[in-house]
Amino acid sequence: MFPRLLRFATPTSTRLTLTRPLMPRPPHMDPEGRRPVEQSIRTKLSESLCPDHLEVHNESHMHAVPPGSESHFRVLVVSGRFEGLSLLQRHRLVNEALREELSGRVHALAIQAKTPQQWEGNPTLAKSPPCMGGSKGDHTVEEKLKAGGGDPNLGS
Amino acid sequence: MNSLIRHSARCLRSVVFVAKPANVAVPGRLLCEAADTQKDLGEMVKKDKVVVFMKGTPAQPMCGFSNAVVQILRMHGVDNYAAYNVLEDQELRQGVKLFSNWPTIPQVYFNGEFVGGCDILLQMHQNGDLVDELKKLGIHSALLDSEKESK
Repeated sequence: MFPRLLRFATPTSTRLTLTRPLMPRPPHMDPEGRRPVEQSIRTKLSESLCPDHLEVHNESHMHAVPPGSESHFRVLVVSGRFEGLSLLQRHRLVNEALREELSGRVHALAIQAKTPQQWEGNPTLAKSPPCMGGSKGDHTVEEKLKAGGGDPNLGS
Repeated sequence: MNSLIRHSARCLRSVVFVAKPANVAVPGRLLCEAADTQKDLGEMVKKDKVVVFMKGTPAQPMCGFSNAVVQILRMHGVDNYAAYNVLEDQELRQGVKLFSNWPTIPQVYFNGEFVGGCDILLQMHQNGDLVDELKKLGIHSALLDSEKESK
């Protein structure tokens, strides 16, 4: 009789802790499937370069990082602001616009920076080379994925 | 040997606290090491005509973008270049980004001048600029020979 009574006398809080524990969500995955890093990249490139055409592709799924990561991106920016600038100067403009992201959660950024005329002549998105697994076991990538804000000491 | 001597010299330097506005003491040794890396990089990028900072080695790249740089150089017959594996040296990995003011790896230098990363090298290869830039370095691109043969 007493064991049966004790069973039903167990406090609710204790009963809850004995059931399946909540699985902690990896810190780098947005719980609602929003893509904050992608949104931030899009916003910053739009504001700084006023592009005629902009594509932001999350290529993290092509690399050795957890599903849902926002660590590897490819951007295509078509802007008149690139007129007269060398490739290096154009890429530096893009890097500068995304300085915070690149010092934080973004591990790799592939860039195509074209003038409107160049885009018209060849409207193709380049393809990224296949991953060779470099991110796997790379503790700096793990740290970047966990980092919420920017850390200038973390990098690609 | 030189790197061994430099490493020993770093170990022997005494720790000096640097006054900073925040209550953070940055060991003088760390500052010295960072400065040494920057100085070393200044020498490294000039020692060879073509210098690549990459993940892995030319024989075994560990990153698709680094591999692309290796493949492009190989296509042009550039086999004799300095390749530094940043995965083996975290100080180098962070130091080269600061030195080049460039956030990603791989990084390519021609005659001590920063060229760019994989995307830039690829576009230079596609638009013919790479052949011209290699010519300025005194390197005859193998693609010129294969073009002649096909004609």
